Amino acid sequence: MSSKRWVPISSRLGGSSVNVDTQQQTSVRTLNLVQALNDALDVALEQDRRVLVFGEDVGRMGGVFRVADGLQAKHGKERVFDTPLAEAGIVGYGIGLALAGLRPVAEIQFACFLYPALEQIISHLGRYRHRTRGRFTIPMVVRAPYGGGVHMPELHADSPEGILAQVPGVKVVIPSDPERAKGLLLAAIDDPDPVFFLEAIKLYRSTRVEVPEGNYLHPLGCARVVRRGDAVSLVAYGGMVEVCMKAAEVASREGVELEVIDLETLVPLDFDTVLASVRKTGRAVVVYEAPRTGGFGAEIAARLADEAIFDLDGPVVRVAGWDAPYPSFASVEHHYRPDAKRVLEAVRQVLTR
Amino acid sequence: MIQFLGGDGRILGDLPLSHEELVRGYRALQRVRVFDERAVSLQRQGRLGVYAPYTGQEAAQVGPALALGEGDWLVPSYRETGAALIRGLPTYQALLYWRADPAGWCYPDGLRIVPFYIPIATQLPHAVGIASAGSYLGEDWVALTFVGDGGSSEGDFHEALNFAAVWGTPTVFVVQNNGWAISVPTESQMKNTCIADRAAGYGVPGVTVDGNDLVAMWVVAREAVERARAGGGPTLIEAMTYRLAPHTTSDDPSRYRADEEVERWRQRDPIERLRRVLDDLGLWDAEQDAEFLRELRVEFDEAVRRADKAPELEPQELVEHVFETMGPDQLEAWGVLRER
Repeated sequence: MSSKRWVPISSRLGGSSVNVDTQQQTSVRTLNLVQALNDALDVALEQDRRVLVFGEDVGRMGGVFRVADGLQAKHGKERVFDTPLAEAGIVGYGIGLALAGLRPVAEIQFACFLYPALEQIISHLGRYRHRTRGRFTIPMVVRAPYGGGVHMPELHADSPEGILAQVPGVKVVIPSDPERAKGLLLAAIDDPDPVFFLEAIKLYRSTRVEVPEGNYLHPLGCARVVRRGDAVSLVAYGGMVEVCMKAAEVASREGVELEVIDLETLVPLDFDTVLASVRKTGRAVVVYEAPRTGGFGAEIAARLADEAIFDLDGPVVRVAGWDAPYPSFASVEHHYRPDAKRVLEAVRQVLTR
Repeated sequence: MIQFLGGDGRILGDLPLSHEELVRGYRALQRVRVFDERAVSLQRQGRLGVYAPYTGQEAAQVGPALALGEGDWLVPSYRETGAALIRGLPTYQALLYWRADPAGWCYPDGLRIVPFYIPIATQLPHAVGIASAGSYLGEDWVALTFVGDGGSSEGDFHEALNFAAVWGTPTVFVVQNNGWAISVPTESQMKNTCIADRAAGYGVPGVTVDGNDLVAMWVVAREAVERARAGGGPTLIEAMTYRLAPHTTSDDPSRYRADEEVERWRQRDPIERLRRVLDDLGLWDAEQDAEFLRELRVEFDEAVRRADKAPELEPQELVEHVFETMGPDQLEAWGVLRER
């Protein structure tokens, strides 16, 4: 597979974004991630009386990131409302609503603030259907902003998706693009089971894309190839997709085409798409921003070892957060969160070994 | 402390229940006591798993159960098998729960009871959500939930009461203060041992009731349920009672409490107290009692036979009902397990 050999390149990252500026296309509606999610909630509230949207600062203010902006004014205080400041209470209350037939959509202000609700999540959210053999189900969505890259205060930038993916009975969705996010959120609200919907803070306002109006669903459990290539498969989700795309752009200038897989749904996982890509490229780099040990990317690497070992031409390498708390210290944050440079170093490693 | 019956079963003032209700209440107490005694006995024979008895606490849970209307919800902890039976949980299903058989969780459609909760106090916010859903849907149901004195230390206790109070949800919280959280006595659990006092902090009515007085438990719960239904918001009811039995069939209470204390509370047995009232009023005699107990034992034996016929679970069923539709991982496991 010598065609895949890649001459290491120097670091030429940063500079202009590779994103296409679509704002000039006045005839189509372009939305950023916050607006697309707001649109999805609006559509869900409009079409299903059972949908209720709630959380801390969600009602009057529209949420700290404004994802629920204007929804209370439009749909009423009965359907879009503030809760007391208690995350276990928010999730537990939502479970009660769902038990009685409603479709709760809760916002946890930051994914780090999910921790007080872990008992409700692990002991009930994920178990109710199983323990009652389907007699009671919890069609609930819990949305939470996650991840770093924008110098948030301490304990506002964790990536707890691996913890959630370890809970049987809950689905985990992490979009990387506004158009996809709207369809995925509508599918999550429509889903008969509990879904965690994690939204990368870094992506909230970073790009605008064309987003269709009205209702459309992107099915959960489908990974996407977001860039075609033959040299190495980069497997990522959420905020790391942008990083991988940037790395692929740089590599492409060197004549090395990286394939980028956006998992989108971690649970249930569409591993077939990953497998097909890695069987083609023979090499894989898994990128995630949570601490490396026991993270969701470790699951991808383990499955590749299970199912693709004889297709691999190099080691499966993980580019992840370090095994340390996400730093509260602004000056070193960029050393923690994987960036295109680190992804390219890993690509070099799997191509040259 | 609200009380209508003296410790010796004498009537203190006017009884707010009809004679028919007194008999109904007594029969309900006996019914759940027979279940409790027979369940312990089955467990000792190895025919039931670990079981959490409620001996001595029958009135504290039967009273609130009787206070509920047809459309109301019961949100119990693991201590409230008795309340669930009174609300219509079939006896054989209660047995199957304590046998760890899946049919014990799979309640009949339409029965507004959620299966017993093991993680302490986690059911309380669910009761608030269920109550709130009723208000939103224009239903007039009330959600009544139970927790213990130990459970009042949990964060969920506070969060649920606060949510319910802020929104005025039709939720009734009943604390069965049985004096012991396994081996930890109430005075080691909290500084102010009057749990009902906390209601003031939430701005909701709180009341301490003699939990071994069925009349008091029924009447106070009925008032709370009616207030909730009328839009008056939640109530915190503290039932002062005592767990005569071990925490579960695996527990040995002789390691942490004195026999004299147990004996003192045995003298306040809720069933004995109500029986004396019925005696005094001439509403129930020994012959009726014997005949009724015979009926209950027949009913119980029938339930055991039905429970014994529950189909065995196939190995692959353990990955069913994780999601409505199996994901690829469940499908893979299902295939492997089916070959076992």
